[in-house]
Amino acid sequence: MTGWRHFFAILPDCILVLLGGAVTTIEITLGGLLVALILGLVIALLRRSSFRAVTALAVAYVEVFRCVPVLTQLFVIYFGLGQIGLRLSPLPAAIIGFGLNGAAYLAEIYRSGIESVPRGQSEAGSSIGMTKHQTMVWIILPQAIRVSLPPIGNYGVGLLKDSSIAVAIAAPEITFDATNLINQTYLSTQIYLLMALLYIGMSLPLSHLVRRLERRSRRGVRA
Amino acid sequence: MAVTTSQGGKEDLSTGLPLVRMSGVCKDFGPLRVLDSINLDVARGEKISLIGPSGSGKTTLLRCINHLEQPTAGHVYVDGKLFGERQVDGRYLPLRDSEMARMRSTIGMVFQSFNLFPHLTVLQNIGLGPLKVLRQPRREVEAVSAELLAKVGLGDKRDAFPEQLSGGQRQRVAIARALAMQPRLMLFDEATSALDPELVGEVLNVMRQLALEGMTMIIVTHEMGFAEEISDRVVFMDKGAIVEIGDPKTLFHQPQNARTQSFLSAVLQKKPFQ
Repeated sequence: MTGWRHFFAILPDCILVLLGGAVTTIEITLGGLLVALILGLVIALLRRSSFRAVTALAVAYVEVFRCVPVLTQLFVIYFGLGQIGLRLSPLPAAIIGFGLNGAAYLAEIYRSGIESVPRGQSEAGSSIGMTKHQTMVWIILPQAIRVSLPPIGNYGVGLLKDSSIAVAIAAPEITFDATNLINQTYLSTQIYLLMALLYIGMSLPLSHLVRRLERRSRRGVRA
Repeated sequence: MAVTTSQGGKEDLSTGLPLVRMSGVCKDFGPLRVLDSINLDVARGEKISLIGPSGSGKTTLLRCINHLEQPTAGHVYVDGKLFGERQVDGRYLPLRDSEMARMRSTIGMVFQSFNLFPHLTVLQNIGLGPLKVLRQPRREVEAVSAELLAKVGLGDKRDAFPEQLSGGQRQRVAIARALAMQPRLMLFDEATSALDPELVGEVLNVMRQLALEGMTMIIVTHEMGFAEEISDRVVFMDKGAIVEIGDPKTLFHQPQNARTQSFLSAVLQKKPFQ
């Protein structure tokens, strides 16, 4: 029990340190998600291009990034790029790595969202004189994104937890700080538990937010 | 529902040029020929009903007019101009997307399944085209949309979403949405076929009013009474071809063609076991 007594004595310091890591975790998650949201949409749209080469490129992107473990991708971006002179700090490297990886997943989510919009919708767009581009922007995408919101939210919650992998490239997120703390205090059980609580504390509000988005976006979706 | 009296729009059948000319239009889906050399002229202000058994090509004919379906052969002219294609050195080439869109914006279409935009309110559904395609100022668009909505008897529904409306109300919104583009021609693709029987009347009333105002209308319908009432000419189709075409009185009561006769007797007779 001495371990626990010691742990409670230094608990405030531990929390403070881990909270610092939590900020980085959130930065990686939100940054990566933002990159993935935008790039994923671009890839999903490129995939529908009428130019075969463009479509093939988009498909290749998705396949490559889905078939390589995200850890490997982080290594390539952090160490690999570093060797050819493009040295990134751990945080931007993690954001880019998770962003590029997530884009492949979100592109697929967007794609199924776009395909879920009935054909009659684009025909109605055509019939009021909209170009394909206008139909996509004003009619198809708003509906596709609503359908995609729940899986995107789930991806975000997953990313929050997976961002702990960034410890491998020394990004100063929670897992990194926890490891450091354990090295100093040897209180592995307690600190890992504390870390788990912090992850729960961050994930729960996020999944709650996702559920609310889901409910709101359901308005007017049928018909 | 509110049906105001005719705005005094006069049918204009006098100009020699047909508003729509279909010339040798064929449509194949794979090995299946669903339209076989259709020739049809529609005059300005004319109301034409297309009737016939299902699978006879009525809907495909309608969709070929605004090139929602690209004819496999033959051509469509609207207002004397080649529609949906351009002619270069005697060859017919597809139009650029933006050109095609501009042409389609002049033809209103009403679908069997309404195809309202579920993420937009009723007013936004009507205003989307004028706002984004015609680039009219928002204030003006809202005023005109509200006016159209009142015209189809739904003035109190402007902020409702499509899913909150009945089928008949949805179809009336869809008609208002098409009218908002100030089309010179309206295509109705079985506009009442997806409706509960008691809701058919409210949609037909709106179409009737439109006819009185002088709109050129091409109507695919199973409502024989309505077709007879408002059409200038009725087209009977079977197996992708126009079998018979004539004024409604003749076509419905003295059909010349045997296939027309058997179709009409099957449809018009209230058989006790059907």
